[in-house]
Amino acid sequence: MIREITIGQYYDEESVIHRLDPRVKLVATLIYIISIFVVNNIPGYAFVVVFLGICIALSHVPFKFIVKGLKPVMIILFITIAFNMLLTPGEILWKFWILKISREGLKAGATMALRLTLLITGSSLMTLTTTPNNLTDGMERLLRPLTRIRVPVHEIAMMMSIALRFIPILLEETDIIMKAQMARGADFESGNIFRRAKALVPLLVPLFVSAFRRANDLAMAMEARCYRGGEGRTKMKPLKYNGRDYAAYAIVWLFLAGCIVLRIVL
Amino acid sequence: MGIIKTEKLGYEYIRRDDEGNVSGITRAVDDVNIDVEPGEFIAILGHNGSGKSTLAKQINAILTPSEGEIYVDGMNSADPDKLWDVRQCAGMVFQNPDNQIIGQLVEEDVGFGPENLGVPTPEIWERVTESLRMMQMLEYSKHSPNKLSGGQKQRVSIAGVLAMHPKCIIFDEPTAMLDPHGRKEVIRSARALNDVEKITIILITHYMEETIYADRIFVMDKGRIAMEGTPKEVFSQVEKLQELRLGVPQATLVAHRLKAAGLPIPDGILNRQELREALKACL
Repeated sequence: MIREITIGQYYDEESVIHRLDPRVKLVATLIYIISIFVVNNIPGYAFVVVFLGICIALSHVPFKFIVKGLKPVMIILFITIAFNMLLTPGEILWKFWILKISREGLKAGATMALRLTLLITGSSLMTLTTTPNNLTDGMERLLRPLTRIRVPVHEIAMMMSIALRFIPILLEETDIIMKAQMARGADFESGNIFRRAKALVPLLVPLFVSAFRRANDLAMAMEARCYRGGEGRTKMKPLKYNGRDYAAYAIVWLFLAGCIVLRIVL
Repeated sequence: MGIIKTEKLGYEYIRRDDEGNVSGITRAVDDVNIDVEPGEFIAILGHNGSGKSTLAKQINAILTPSEGEIYVDGMNSADPDKLWDVRQCAGMVFQNPDNQIIGQLVEEDVGFGPENLGVPTPEIWERVTESLRMMQMLEYSKHSPNKLSGGQKQRVSIAGVLAMHPKCIIFDEPTAMLDPHGRKEVIRSARALNDVEKITIILITHYMEETIYADRIFVMDKGRIAMEGTPKEVFSQVEKLQELRLGVPQATLVAHRLKAAGLPIPDGILNRQELREALKACL
C-alpha cells in the first residue's frame, strides 16, 4: 500500500526540469501555488493548465504516472467537493430531505476541485523531478536566512535526509516483523478497522525499539566521523545557479504576472 | 610513545534506578595498559561483555575514560580541544552496516567525513574517488547503499573512514553481521590497508580465524587484558583460551588434540597449511 503513493517519489529521467537547481523548483512551486489562488476565471485557469501542461511535457515524466499519484488524494477531493456543494447557501437547484445543492455551491465545488487537482499535480511534479537529497539541500539553502532567528535549518535538513535514507530500511524491517508475528499467529488482515488498528500495536512496539537503537548507532557513527553540526562544514555537491536557472526564474515570475493581469483585466 | 597508548585505563557504566540513585556499577574496562606502534595490526579478542567494544569507543573518544588516560597519536582523548583531531586520527568502523551509512548514495556517504572536516569541494571528490578505489567500490559510487550486500556496505563504511585520512582505524566487530563471504571481503580489505597504506589497524572480534594475521593479539576478559602476544603465543595456550570461553581456530584445536594424543606436533599451529606441514614432518 505504502509503495503505491507517488507523491514524494523521484522519477529518474533526463530533462531540463530535472536539471534545474532545486531552489528554483521550490520557489517556482511556491509561485505556482500562489498563482492558482490568484486566478478566478476560465481564461485564467486555462492559462495555468497550459503552463502546467508545458512543464509536464518538458519533464518527460509520463502523464499516467502523475495521474496515478492523484489516486490516494481522491477521497479528500470528493469530500471537499461534497461539502462545498451541500453547505454553500444560495439559489437552490436540487433538494432532498436536508440535502440542498445550490448554484453557488456547485460553482464553489468545481473551483475547489480544479484548484486542488492543479495544486497536487504541480507540487508532485516538483518531487518527481528532484531527488530527495537535492530537495533537502535546496530547502537548507533557501531557509538559511532563518538561522538568524535561531531556526536550526541545517539540523532540520539533516534530519529530513536521514529520515529519507531510513524509510526503505524501516519498511523492510516492518515487513520482517510482520512476517515473524504472522508466523506466530498474529492476524493483521481480518476484522474491522479498530481490530486491525489494535493488531498493529505489537508491530509498532518492536519497530520503535529498533528505530531508537538504530538512531543511537547512527548518532555514534556520525560523531565518530567528526559530525558537529552545520558550522564549518563544506559541501561535496554545492548548489550553483546556471543560465537556465535564471531563465526559469524569469519565466515563473512572468507566469505569475500573467495570472494577475488575467484576473484584473477579465 | 606509540600511536595508541593507554595508561591504567578504566571505564564504569553506572546504572541508575527511577529516582536517579546509583543501583549498580559495571566495570567494563579495568586497568588496561596497551601500547600500539604505528603500522601494527592488532587484534582484540574477547567473548560478549568482555569490555572490548567499550575499549574501542574510548580510543575514538566516543566515551571518555572514568580513570586513567588514553593517548591517540600523542593527544589525550579527554582533552575537549583535541576531540575532533582524535576522531579524525583514529577512525572507527562499527558492527551494523546499515546503521553507519548516512548518505543516500555511496559517494555521498564517503564524502560525509571530509565534509565534516571542512575539506574544500574539489579535494572531497579526490578523496572520495581515491578511497572508493582502494576499497574496490568505485563502480558503485552512484548506487544506493540499500542495494548493496553486507560486505559491500562495510567496505563503503571503511571507505568513508579512509576519506578522512586517519592514521589508525578501529574495527568494532565489523564482521559480526556478515555472511562468511562478506567476512572475508572485509578482513581482506583491512589487511590490505595495513600492508599497503601502513594504516594501524585495531580489529575487535570474536572470530579466532580473523586474528591469525595480526601482529599482536590482546585477549580481554572482565575488562582486563587476560592474555597478550603474537597469534602463535596466544593460540598455543589452548586450555587458557577455553577457560576464557574462547575457542581456537580449527587447525589449532586439531593440532592440540593430536599433540595431547602423543604426536610430536609443535605448539601454535594457526592454519591448515601449517598443520599439513607438521603432519608431514611426523611421517
